[in-house]
Amino acid sequence: MVYQNENCFRLNHLENSWDIETYVANGGYEVWKKVVSGELEPADIIEEVKESNIRGRGGAGFPTGLKWSFMNREAPGQKYIVCNSDEGEPGTFKDRDIHRYNPHALVEGMAIAGYVIGASQGYNYIRGEFWEPYQVFKNAINQAREAGFLGKDILGSGWDFDLHVHLGAGAYICGEETALIESIEGKKGQPRFKPPFPASYGLYGKPTTINNTETLASIPMILAKGGKWFNDLGVKNAGGTKLYSVSGHVNNPGNFEVRMGTPFKDLLELAGGIWKGRQLKAVIPGGASTAVLPAEKALEMNMDYDSIAKAGSFLGAGSVIIMDDQTDMVKAMKNLSHFYWDESCGQCTPCREGTGWLYRMLTRIVDGKGRPEDIAALKDVSGKIMGNVICGLGDAATIALTSAVEHFEHEFVHYIEHGCSIYDRT
Amino acid sequence: MSSSTENFIQGEVKERIDRWIAEYPEDQRQSACMPALRIVQECHDGYLTTDLMDQVAEYLGMAPIAVYEVATFYGNYNHQPVGKYQINWCNSISCYLRGGEELREKLEEKLGVKTGEVSADGKFSIKKVECLGACGGAPICKIGKDYHENLTEESLFKLLDELE
Ligand SMILES: Cc1cc2nc3c(=O)[nH]c(=O)nc-3n(C[C@H](O)[C@H](O)[C@H](O)COP(=O)(O)O)c2cc1C
Ligand code: FES
Repeated sequence: MVYQNENCFRLNHLENSWDIETYVANGGYEVWKKVVSGELEPADIIEEVKESNIRGRGGAGFPTGLKWSFMNREAPGQKYIVCNSDEGEPGTFKDRDIHRYNPHALVEGMAIAGYVIGASQGYNYIRGEFWEPYQVFKNAINQAREAGFLGKDILGSGWDFDLHVHLGAGAYICGEETALIESIEGKKGQPRFKPPFPASYGLYGKPTTINNTETLASIPMILAKGGKWFNDLGVKNAGGTKLYSVSGHVNNPGNFEVRMGTPFKDLLELAGGIWKGRQLKAVIPGGASTAVLPAEKALEMNMDYDSIAKAGSFLGAGSVIIMDDQTDMVKAMKNLSHFYWDESCGQCTPCREGTGWLYRMLTRIVDGKGRPEDIAALKDVSGKIMGNVICGLGDAATIALTSAVEHFEHEFVHYIEHGCSIYDRT
Repeated sequence: MSSSTENFIQGEVKERIDRWIAEYPEDQRQSACMPALRIVQECHDGYLTTDLMDQVAEYLGMAPIAVYEVATFYGNYNHQPVGKYQINWCNSISCYLRGGEELREKLEEKLGVKTGEVSADGKFSIKKVECLGACGGAPICKIGKDYHENLTEESLFKLLDELE
């Protein structure tokens, strides 16, 4: 049996799951009340979150409890909690549904995180295209304010906390946490050099913690049921549940909240299996920035950090892109390379120039004008971007491509030698 | 400078921008640059001009160049006239895998415009965008503020026919 919807999606089956009444009737804001009343102390919360073994759901998988411990709650001055709802990595669409179906879990999670790190203000950075999710979230903020869970002197505790939204305007790079900060500050979203890290120099130069939507929305349940409960749902090095966005060539694409360590095969089955009665060819398991896995490797792996890494890829944001056995891998890579070229912020030369170079070469290959040296050139350009840039975008632009060349080199060769795909009949 | 955009930031436009300014610390008016540009664009048939960007700069106390940087960095700001309905067509991998590209070609054919152009009657324009974060509903497009998912030729054409 595959366990589903035990955390962020636990209310999805209810009508009006977005409403504060539904949330409160199902135990919502109980943790927050304990926090502001002093029953649950910041240090204990951090311990509980550490025990839950939750790792950041935004893609990098950094342990959340550890991240929170970097903040000095007692230091004077303004601090900020920031939620990353920029969700722009191709294949990723889970945070959108958290906003639509369980916005109060996010409000409560942000409030708790803010309290722990000593932040009286929070910003949720929502990509601008998410108008409907933004409206639902805004409504949740208003409801929480009316109920006295946000604002000044919350429930007579003397603690103030309020939430704001910043809307993006179409830039994937703003998902990178320091680009996101620049963006809230009203600038172009170009990543900052690190260090200093946001915990010491973040939004408006103040200590800041940034977490992904799913990470923050998981906090209320972790604290309600205990870190151990959450940890035990998952497997070693991967506590809890995870939202997997399954897209591409399946019968029933969508978001599935399952336990860490769920076999990939089971997830594929939840998504209705491969469409059109076809076979699986390849999987990108963690979003466009992670390595492509051939079917045989994917079918053996489980959906957790270690197992996916062993198969040769990365869990990333849990964005599982499925390709059937009719997929032209070269064209798929051309599509991905366009994305990175389009979204490069232009700051680092290897990324700005390299992504365009990769895209132009792949276009040339797909157009039947590939040259024998192109495969070596793809690898060479990729190698010159990797590790030579400020943020992860440049690296990401090379990862799926490099793995596709490794596993499906014959398809690239066929294009170059015959001017067409292995699927074209001449 | 066209006279129609003189003192653009007043009345409702100004009120809406002011509501966003209030979301940020008092000494951080510049943070409202993105919402201000969006609101001005929305109230100016969907695109920005240098004059409008200058007005945003003045209103927020920013250097004009800082506003131009923002307005040209983010993909959702337009600098040319767009159709009454701008069709934001997702170009990324999950939509591509489910026929998004072929469907966009049919769309271009039906409307008689290429991506990046405005139809002769000014009603439609098509803009290629990257992943809209709704890949489970691929192929998808966004028109105005609404997402339209699981598009087929039939559902897409019906949708367009229903737009006034
Ligand atoms: C190019 C790029 C894009 C990113 N996009 C996102 C995103 O859309 N959402 C997100 O939560 N994290 C994204 N990240 C990761 C963030 O920088 C950051 O690690 C994350 O928000 C931290 O939250 P977490 O620890 O809860 O995962 C991105 C990173 C890079 C390099
Ligand atoms: S790929 Fe089209 S919405 Fe993500």
